[in-house]
Amino acid sequence: MTIRVQSSPFDVGAETSDFAAAQTGMGAIVTFTGVVRDLPGDGLERMEIEHYPGMTEKALAAIADQAQTRWSLGGVLIIHRYGTLRAGDQIMMVATASKHRAHAFEAADFLMDYLKSRAPFWKKEYTRSGAEWVASKDEDEAALTRW
Amino acid sequence: MDILYFAWVRERVGLPRERIETTAATVADLVEELRAREERYAAAFADLSALRVAVDQELTDFDAPLAGAREVAFFPPMTGG
Repeated sequence: MTIRVQSSPFDVGAETSDFAAAQTGMGAIVTFTGVVRDLPGDGLERMEIEHYPGMTEKALAAIADQAQTRWSLGGVLIIHRYGTLRAGDQIMMVATASKHRAHAFEAADFLMDYLKSRAPFWKKEYTRSGAEWVASKDEDEAALTRW
Repeated sequence: MDILYFAWVRERVGLPRERIETTAATVADLVEELRAREERYAAAFADLSALRVAVDQELTDFDAPLAGAREVAFFPPMTGG
């Protein structure tokens, strides 16, 4: 399991290749990459992501642990950025590896659902007309009940 | 005890963290103490349903006991991913 919380950008291609190369006997690699969306109208000037150093790493490791308990995985990678990002920037990625694709897909989906509302990150969007904290969505909380 | 604030809770309180002396038995007791301090705390803690709390970096609820706790953090619902 690899967990990285960083302000710097990452290269999805290189990360995926390295992750895949470290696996043995795994027939499926699933990756998900989250990207900063532009905003309609004013457009997004920037996004600031705040996190809780210490708790963030623990929470991500606990989520990855749960995934490894529930599914048969060769490996889990989570990278999540904080700091200043702009539209089109990559915010985070997860990668999962399993013998067959069902486990890797389901585990990646599970990781994303939990990352949304159980990892201590907060996003603030800045536009020309001001700044606003991104509110959590009821559907993100509801998504956890399907697991 | 170290008290940490994140996102708009930090903005309303006006501090990212502070160390306080408290005998509060639970998170809810601590919130009452903070609310009574100054208007900016009352504003930050006006609606507990909009807040989440972690004790020693573990998500918990407002009934949680504080015996032995070193660090309590208050923040809005998380928006990762």
